[in-house]
Amino acid sequence: MSELLTCQNLSKRFGSKYALSDVSLTLGRGQIIGLLGPNGSGKTTLIKLINGLLVPTEGWLTVNGLTPGVETKRQIAYLPERTYLNRWMKVRDILKFFSTFYDNFNTGRALQMLDDLGIDPQESLKTMSKGTKEKVQLILVMSRDVELYILDEPIGGVDPAARDYILRTILSNYNPNSSILLSTHLIADIENVLDDVIFLQDGQISLHATVDEIRAREGKSVDELFREVFRC
Amino acid sequence: MSWNLTNDRPIYLQIVERIQMAIVSGAYQPGDKLPSVRELAAKASVNPNTMQKALSELETGGLVYTQRTSGRFITEDRELIASTRRRLAREEFHTFVRQMKGLGYTPEDIAQLTRQLLEEGMKIDE
Repeated sequence: MSELLTCQNLSKRFGSKYALSDVSLTLGRGQIIGLLGPNGSGKTTLIKLINGLLVPTEGWLTVNGLTPGVETKRQIAYLPERTYLNRWMKVRDILKFFSTFYDNFNTGRALQMLDDLGIDPQESLKTMSKGTKEKVQLILVMSRDVELYILDEPIGGVDPAARDYILRTILSNYNPNSSILLSTHLIADIENVLDDVIFLQDGQISLHATVDEIRAREGKSVDELFREVFRC
Repeated sequence: MSWNLTNDRPIYLQIVERIQMAIVSGAYQPGDKLPSVRELAAKASVNPNTMQKALSELETGGLVYTQRTSGRFITEDRELIASTRRRLAREEFHTFVRQMKGLGYTPEDIAQLTRQLLEEGMKIDE
């Protein structure tokens, strides 16, 4: 089977500033990959390029061999850093909306996860706390059966107990044909669940290795290495 | 999380050690069936590929074997389990001696202290 994601000499320029420059990268299937880097290193730019929300200035990328477009959007479940859901909607209505919009949305799984986290489907978003809203959005994304999940800062706003639940959910929904690319600052919390980590620095990849390679080579955790590499 | 993995060493090695320990201590009995990779990974909160790698490593060493259709099992080779226990005991002992040397103890001092403490009936796990 072909690579799930291929980026070749990918660059994105805003005005005179390169947010991403000359990034070449391939991601295989059945992996959980952490996209790590300080603020402004290009994580979200890369994620938006993969989702077809931005167009490369130079270079190209393919998802499942296809240029980003309608078909790749069907195969990618994306959790953006900001919400796009209407505040007045009830969770139940959003589920209906998603199952109509996406042919690969699994309503049963979504209801199960809502129940596990004690979220009432009758509640509307506007009465929910920030963390609960984030959980709902993550559930919506993880309830789709797709080949690539892209999560931009998925666990930032939720409490540690829910974070554990979310990580366990990611692990137990693990499908050998799907991969998860997630960006985060909370490295220590997630490094045990990652296969690979990618460090982005000033729009370029400065490191792409497995967690255990890094630990074996450096004798320290990815979190510690990150703090060293990106010391301010 | 549940398995208390440390941060400075490869995760799969720590899992190998954990399962070795469970076998040697008898928590897993010879011939016991292991849970699936996915279950073990979820329990340890680690990536399934990492768990897979750890189990392959244990398989290479012979402590665990795969039966084509029915899953993974703990070896029934009791001699192998006994020799693994001896090897782990030696490793633990080396670590202990190294630390005692750091405190300035000679091998004779260590031997004497060990005898003395055992005679006084010190419980090891206190």
